[in-house]
Amino acid sequence: MKAAMSETGWKQTAGAVQASEVAEERSSSATPEAAEGNRLVASVHKQLGEFVLDVEFEAAPGFTIFFGPSGAGKTTLLDCVAGLIQPDEGRVQVGQRMFYDRSSQAHVPVAKRGVGYVFQTLALFPHLTVEQNVGYGLAHFPQRERARRIGSILRAFHIEHLRSRPARKISGGESQRVALARTLVTDPAVLLLDEPLSALDAPTKSKIIADLREWNRTHRIPILYVTHSREEVFALGERVIVLDRGRVLAEGTPHQVMTAPLQETVAHLAGFENIFDATVESVHPEQGSMRCRIADAVFLETPLMRAEIGSSLRIGVRAGDILLATSLPQGLSARNIISGRMRSLEQHDVIVSCLVQCCGEDHREPRRDTLEMEVHLTLAARDSLQLAPGSQVWLVIKTHSCHVMRE
Amino acid sequence: MAINWQAFWLTLQLAVIVSTALFVIGLPIAYWVAFSRARWKFIVEAIVALPIVLPPTVLGFYVLVALGPRSPLGRWWIALTGHTLAFTFWGLVIGSILYSLPFAVQPFAASFAAVDRKLILASATLGASSLRTFFRVIAPLSIPGLITGAALSFAHTMGEFGVVLMVGGNIPGVTRTVSIDIYDRVQASDYSGANATALLLLGICFVLLALVYGTNRRAWAVKPVE
Repeated sequence: MKAAMSETGWKQTAGAVQASEVAEERSSSATPEAAEGNRLVASVHKQLGEFVLDVEFEAAPGFTIFFGPSGAGKTTLLDCVAGLIQPDEGRVQVGQRMFYDRSSQAHVPVAKRGVGYVFQTLALFPHLTVEQNVGYGLAHFPQRERARRIGSILRAFHIEHLRSRPARKISGGESQRVALARTLVTDPAVLLLDEPLSALDAPTKSKIIADLREWNRTHRIPILYVTHSREEVFALGERVIVLDRGRVLAEGTPHQVMTAPLQETVAHLAGFENIFDATVESVHPEQGSMRCRIADAVFLETPLMRAEIGSSLRIGVRAGDILLATSLPQGLSARNIISGRMRSLEQHDVIVSCLVQCCGEDHREPRRDTLEMEVHLTLAARDSLQLAPGSQVWLVIKTHSCHVMRE
Repeated sequence: MAINWQAFWLTLQLAVIVSTALFVIGLPIAYWVAFSRARWKFIVEAIVALPIVLPPTVLGFYVLVALGPRSPLGRWWIALTGHTLAFTFWGLVIGSILYSLPFAVQPFAASFAAVDRKLILASATLGASSLRTFFRVIAPLSIPGLITGAALSFAHTMGEFGVVLMVGGNIPGVTRTVSIDIYDRVQASDYSGANATALLLLGICFVLLALVYGTNRRAWAVKPVE
């Protein structure tokens, strides 16, 4: 898996110790699998009006997740790989097969590529039965072979009982399974999944993912999985490439990219509610940490990064990673304890989003213009602490919850 | 109050032949109109739609000229068969095909274009050729449009008058259709005969259209899966 990272791959920093451990673990377990099966190598440049897609990547057999907001170019990228859109420049190759190459004018038509593509809308043929849908791509096989393949894929995806049902009369989860089966039964060289599971509940989703993993254990093809959901990136837990405005922003394991993003855009995408301008105050290489000032008298201890004292950085902290205490906590391992005053509490679904005005180390009353932090609590925590606007609170933040980003 | 059954039989033959021919000719034209990205597509669309706005006499006149011995087509036909196409049943067929073309092509094209594009793309990624995609996906999902187009071209041919008169004249058993028969009777002050024939034509056209609209309402006028 590690070998699959391209030159533009994400470089480790001293701060991301955990991340590198995760990566090592993953790469050692994935290497024997990655040795088999064909790799997808693609570099695609495509201009569509104002939008420019300019992406270069390699995908080994197994999942490669494309993560990004809508409009990032994820679907356009899949369309280029499938041949539904012809790139202006570049190359798309799976193993030894060249699908598209601008320099040699090679362009294999969609129907001849053998690329499996599951659309976001699934695009099941509504007038056909489940069996006819699944058998659609097998027209070139003799009757008996076709029936055998259909039977085995229906079993593998647990949809045998739907066989003769019209495709328009099955549920959402069943439709996803049928769409996957219809695509996989053709033995595609690459599998493209465009947010195929976004409409499903988590248990159904994870069952389908498990079936898909099981299938790919024997087939070993690259699977490009497009999503804009952070949860899905972590649930799949494999190599992720972050796209934004047609470009690759970062790539690595979800842990590397999503929990310790180096770029602020990725941080926003990954959901960092708090992003601060910071100045490096002091560096402690022996402790693997450094101290940064984020406001007047407000400091954060962060993981060490190669940075000069006095240099400017950005620090991201997830609202869910901050603890709240109503009295000054003692005997904690967390290095950052910041006093503050509750400014507002807002309930969003089952999460309470609080804005806390920070006082800093001198414990003066916060001025109007001082730093605010967003903190997420559960409803129970709010009620048991009896929090209300104006409450005196202390924010507790672990060193490794502070993610340092280059500006 | 006798109905001219010979005229009826002739009109029915004409309508069946014309709507069948339009089905065959109309499908590829409609496919092209629905899916082509050619810049000059609008020109073809305008030409196909012309018979809707053109007076039948104008269309009939040019068809007559084209079929006559002075035109290359007319000369070729005469060389082949020894007689002219004008004022024959087959001349009538050609005129009617042109006259009813938009009534077949437009519903066909509209229903093709309404097929969810993703279904067509999915078919391609599953290895199907354009032809297979057409017959397995596009056409089955366009059945209401196909029925509408066939029925409209049939009914429109049943009732046409101007083009028939210009191209076919009024030869009993050859080119005298129901509408011309009605006109003849009115000219001869045979109002009850005209009424009987007109009523029958009205009934047939109404039943046909009612069937079309009724059929298209049925559940299998399918929509893509959400």
